[in-house]
Amino acid sequence: MSHRSRQVFLALLLVTPALAQERPLAFAGARILPIARAPIDDGVLVVHAGKIVAVGTRGAVAIPPTATVLDVQGKVLMPGLVDTHSHVGGGWGADSSAPIQPGVRMLDAVNCRDSGLQRAQAGGITTLNVMSGSGHLMSGQTIYLKNRDADTIEGLVYRFADGSPMGGMKMANGTNSQDPPPFPGTRGKSAALVREQFVAAQEYKRKLDAAGDDAEKRPARDLALEGLLEILSGKRIVHHHTHRHDDVVTVLRLSSEFGFRVVLHHVSEAWKVADEIVAAQAPCSLIVIDTPGGKLEAADFDARSAAELEQRGAAHLVGFHTDDWITDSRLFLRSAALAVRAGCTRETALAGLTRNAAAMLDLQDRVGTLEPGKDADFIVLSGDPLSVYTKVEETWVEGQKVFDLAREADRRYADGGWGVGHPRVETVCCLAGGDR
Amino acid sequence: MNGSLALLALVLLVPVSAAQDLAIRAGLLHTAESAPIRDAVVVVRAGQIAAFGPAASTPIPTGMRTLSAAVVTPGIVDAHCVIGLAGHLNQPHDQDQHDPSGPIQPELRAIDAYNARERLVEWVRGFGVTTLHTGHGPNALITGQTLIAKTRGGTVDEAVIVPRAMIAATLGKDARGDGPGKGPGTAGKQVALLREALIGAQEYAVKVANAGGDAAKRPDRDLRKEALVDVLQQKVPLLVTAQRHQDIESALRLQREFGFRLVLDGAAEAYVVLDSIRAAVVPVLAHPPMARFWGELENASRSTPTKLRDAGILFAFQSGYESYVPKTRVVLYEAAIAAAHGLGPDAALRAITIDAARILGVEARLGSVAVGKDGDFALYDGDPFEYTSHCLATVIEGSVVFEGRR
Repeated sequence: MSHRSRQVFLALLLVTPALAQERPLAFAGARILPIARAPIDDGVLVVHAGKIVAVGTRGAVAIPPTATVLDVQGKVLMPGLVDTHSHVGGGWGADSSAPIQPGVRMLDAVNCRDSGLQRAQAGGITTLNVMSGSGHLMSGQTIYLKNRDADTIEGLVYRFADGSPMGGMKMANGTNSQDPPPFPGTRGKSAALVREQFVAAQEYKRKLDAAGDDAEKRPARDLALEGLLEILSGKRIVHHHTHRHDDVVTVLRLSSEFGFRVVLHHVSEAWKVADEIVAAQAPCSLIVIDTPGGKLEAADFDARSAAELEQRGAAHLVGFHTDDWITDSRLFLRSAALAVRAGCTRETALAGLTRNAAAMLDLQDRVGTLEPGKDADFIVLSGDPLSVYTKVEETWVEGQKVFDLAREADRRYADGGWGVGHPRVETVCCLAGGDR
Repeated sequence: MNGSLALLALVLLVPVSAAQDLAIRAGLLHTAESAPIRDAVVVVRAGQIAAFGPAASTPIPTGMRTLSAAVVTPGIVDAHCVIGLAGHLNQPHDQDQHDPSGPIQPELRAIDAYNARERLVEWVRGFGVTTLHTGHGPNALITGQTLIAKTRGGTVDEAVIVPRAMIAATLGKDARGDGPGKGPGTAGKQVALLREALIGAQEYAVKVANAGGDAAKRPDRDLRKEALVDVLQQKVPLLVTAQRHQDIESALRLQREFGFRLVLDGAAEAYVVLDSIRAAVVPVLAHPPMARFWGELENASRSTPTKLRDAGILFAFQSGYESYVPKTRVVLYEAAIAAAHGLGPDAALRAITIDAARILGVEARLGSVAVGKDGDFALYDGDPFEYTSHCLATVIEGSVVFEGRR
């Protein structure tokens, strides 16, 4: 493809959602869980040009005369799920050369045709925070993905206001990031290495500030330190793998010392230090596993962490993630349901999959609730989102249906089968005005 | 000798005699044999089911301790796991499911390795699991033996009900070693090594038989060959973990050549060789539906259990083997996923109760609610498969081994 024709092609790609959805769509008759407010029985959701136009009780919502009305009686509609910690895409960021690599981007590593993204669609996941593993103190920049159908990573990324691909920074402490030098061998060394790098970034910033606009005086560009500055400036949220109670407190201490914004991830022992977490107002993206252990740090995992936070008035700090492949993107709803089994309320559990999760990615103005002006990302369920028997029947992203259980090609991603695990090879159909 | 055996048996029986009488009141009693009974009563005496039926016609003996729950099922049977050999910490000291010193070690007994006090035993007991088929793992060509235990007791002797249940073999990626002393590097080599070992056992058996009772003529005892002779003589089944269709076919081919009792395990691609499995009348211990669909399970399907059922193949669920987090799955959770993906709750429940017991050969003793069977029960506050239900109590032979809300 020539450069010019590629530009045209990309332009078409960008316009497509609007083209395909010139007419508003009205989903009528479902029980709607807007998350922003109480559930609505016999509700109506109106979407247009990729955005939510209206949501409310039938009769109270004006359905545009041009709208195509879709009958969804008996179904449950809720916001698309936000997975705050996923490893789909088959990518790895940092390599084994050093424990701290903030200049490395997941953007450059994700395979956008990985079938994991389709499985995530089958699980109702419309937004993902894809990151590298926990084998480093800092394994690089995470990438926030909109789970559209796309043939390039550029077609999936969320963007900061400055237009650059949006993501946080992955960090880890505890045992996973310990290894022979140059990796740390102890917890004390882990924290020391991290502090050293943040201090270096502070020094770098001091020199930058001192140089001002004088290019001659500026220090040489350093991608790693630039990455750290984006943490210190608050642009990038730190997504911090941490399990054990003392490691959790260490994260809070470092966050306080350097003033970076942090979301705690996994937090197997959050229930032990819930008071400290609430005092720091640190959001928790919780893993929910079926059995404690499998590694030393998870030996005291307890699914009641969500309830413990909630009972301290910190329901807004509760979120969940799949950690796919640790748990299955197709069963993300299950994580919240098991938290309910362990004492969390339904409301908090569902917010933890949506609104609270969106806030953990600075995406609360775009996704996470069904409210006018937000992206038309939602899922159609066969019933109660917290029942094992409930199916994700449809997943919609920006008003486009990206998953439909009734379509054989999509059902395969939900159920599995021959060849389903292979990367998607076909080019996404985008110009035919069809479902995709 | 006979006297000491009798003494040993008596010692083994002591915990059983401690079993209590117990009554259970169930809003809904699943028997795993016939239709569920609403508002039911079960009476357990001396550890065994003495009576059950509608509450109106099944009196609770005066003064008998009585538990109540919305839903009661037979004790859950995990048809295959490594719990008790593989510990939850996942550190070298608590991982006894695989000794890497050789590819074929059928002489390794599970009773010499089972840790009845392992936390994972307690963990699954809290979900209603009363019986485990556990032992050496799917980590080499033949890793060792398995046993069947109740999830009770502080020692293996208090827990075990079948000391040697099966011999665990594996075909495929997890049995690969590649290198001298490290095991076979290819699928062809795997089968060649198994055939060589089984033929060696055949010849050993012939020599033993030819010697008659003459100790001078018999070959030196060989624990490894003795174990395989028992496989050849159908005294113990060979459990073959095989996920890919060609490895499943290899297991069936070996079974035809040597005539052993075969139990297929894992069998992720069973759905493309259903006819072969059905023709061989081989039962399947299906992989956990939540097992990760990658590696040899890349073609796995949530609809496999339904296809096994529709093909008339006897199958059960297992929590399986996990090398990382979670260190074990929970078989109740696994059956739930199958129940919700086409199998339905009734068939899913059978696959973790009576059908599991059948494959393990203990169906005369447990797996369903019938007079004379062990008083093993799981009590729930709702549909056992629902994410948000809780297990309230677990009962083994009339003894309450878990009470809580898990």
